[in-house]
Amino acid sequence: MIFLLMRRLVQTALILLGVAAITFLLLYALPADPARMIAGRSATAQTVANIRHELGLDQPLLAQFWAYLKGLTEGNLGRSYAQKTDVGALIAARLPATLILMAAGIFVEVLLGLFLGVIAAVRRGGPVDRFVMMASFVGVSAPQFVAALLLLYVFAVTLAWFPMSGFGTFAHVVLPATTLGILGAGWYARMVRSAMIDVLNQDYVRTARAKGLSSARIVFRHALPNALLPVIAMIGIDIGQFMSGVVVVEAVYGWPGIGQLAWQAIQQVDIPIIMGVTLVSALAIVLGNLVADVIAPLIDPRIRAR
Amino acid sequence: MRILKSMIRQPSALFGLAIVALVILMAIAAPLIAPYSPNEQMFDGLTLEGAPMPPSAQFLLGTDTLGRDLFSRLLFGARTSLVIGLVANGIAVTIGLLIGILSGYMRGLVGNALMRFTDLMMAFPALLLAIVLAALLRPSLWIVAMVIALVNWVQVARIVYTETRGLVERDFILAERSLGAGHVRILFHHILPHLMPTAIVWGTLGIATTVLLEATLSFLGIGVQPPTPSWGNIIFESQSYFQAAPWLVFIPGAVILLTALSFNLVGDALRDILDPTQRGRG
Repeated sequence: MIFLLMRRLVQTALILLGVAAITFLLLYALPADPARMIAGRSATAQTVANIRHELGLDQPLLAQFWAYLKGLTEGNLGRSYAQKTDVGALIAARLPATLILMAAGIFVEVLLGLFLGVIAAVRRGGPVDRFVMMASFVGVSAPQFVAALLLLYVFAVTLAWFPMSGFGTFAHVVLPATTLGILGAGWYARMVRSAMIDVLNQDYVRTARAKGLSSARIVFRHALPNALLPVIAMIGIDIGQFMSGVVVVEAVYGWPGIGQLAWQAIQQVDIPIIMGVTLVSALAIVLGNLVADVIAPLIDPRIRAR
Repeated sequence: MRILKSMIRQPSALFGLAIVALVILMAIAAPLIAPYSPNEQMFDGLTLEGAPMPPSAQFLLGTDTLGRDLFSRLLFGARTSLVIGLVANGIAVTIGLLIGILSGYMRGLVGNALMRFTDLMMAFPALLLAIVLAALLRPSLWIVAMVIALVNWVQVARIVYTETRGLVERDFILAERSLGAGHVRILFHHILPHLMPTAIVWGTLGIATTVLLEATLSFLGIGVQPPTPSWGNIIFESQSYFQAAPWLVFIPGAVILLTALSFNLVGDALRDILDPTQRGRG
């Protein structure tokens, strides 16, 4: 176990190194010029050259990358071009907001997905099942920004139950979390349904039925725990997806998380911030998978035995 | 033919197929159906206060903030979405097939390196990557398609890799090899045909993902650039107006949803038909 964990940590480090290298190369190769962006349209060639020198952009690619990596080993993500502050500090300031949104969104989608998936599996083939399957298809096919604008229109503009945008109270988190949750719930509902159908067809469930147990007890006590494993893996994946996928929702709701930070940085060609957010997101993706892999054997003795 | 027949028997697949056909028809016949030119700013297309007009007999779905006919723009937008959907997803599936099949078939250094690269791309925040690339490249239609292809091939590669690994172990491949068949013959005559169902299913499901991603990029203002109409940039152009003119956001939104939903339904039905072991598992 320890050995396995060590191996995974080394893999994680290598993947992050790869992500850093590819992102660095892409940002270097793209035609956008940060120095010109900072200098403004009317700047002379001399000013632009000075800024380029100041930022170290006149160095060869490998030297720049090496300097960046050296910073990384010291936990230094570099300095923002536009905001002139430490990227690590900027991200750390925005991270809590994104984590709150992520936790709330995952909470909504897991709850909704479990509920829908279980009733669909129990009522397999009936109208309830067909409705849930169709609804989950609609959920996974809906563009996030349209769902966000629709919720905003109905619940913030027309009914005025929730604020339009911003951050701070519980009311602020409801609409963005619901947007993420109802769309993501489709995946969970489909997965829980198929896992539940597999489990409900197994012999031990038939035995439980034969013993005369109530169907609620069979479903929740006997079947559901065995259908939860894919849900855990899915939550692991979602942790990573949400970290980089919240750009749109944060933009629509004015949520001050790292998605918004990244979006501003992209418009200003603020490369250190783009690099930083990409790395943090990649880290979240890898850690999410890692956590799912570590938790799975803890809750399921069958995997531990292998 | 057999596939078409079994699809028509399922109501949801039939619905998906009908909408897909309708969208394709919209895209092809846009100039014939559209009542106005999509970029014409009509001086009777705005109210006296200069606001967009709600749906009426003259403008079926209303007009946008510049007095252009929304229905005509949606028709031409179907072209944008479909072209990007087909091109981007076609490239993504081709790259995915190629990398998946090679990494699954070739043991040793090359196969391993390809798979490690795929793993690396799996850890890449895809949406963020697409946004960064699209924003910094000053996109045209083709660049948007390339960006989408670049982030969407990974999943296909993963699945094709797993299937190829399974196929290579099978007896009929061993038999072929002992008969002296070369790598090229085994790959193209024996392994590739077995992967076609996967390619067809992902070629369909992927269009839904692609349409959504294009709409998202265009909604952020970094996808297809106005005045070329795309469903996403129609919403982008009118989002600040959405409280006063909600139809400008929600009609294109509904069109995007219906299109993605239909491709998903058709893809899912294809998976059921082409791979009976997956039937009913969702």
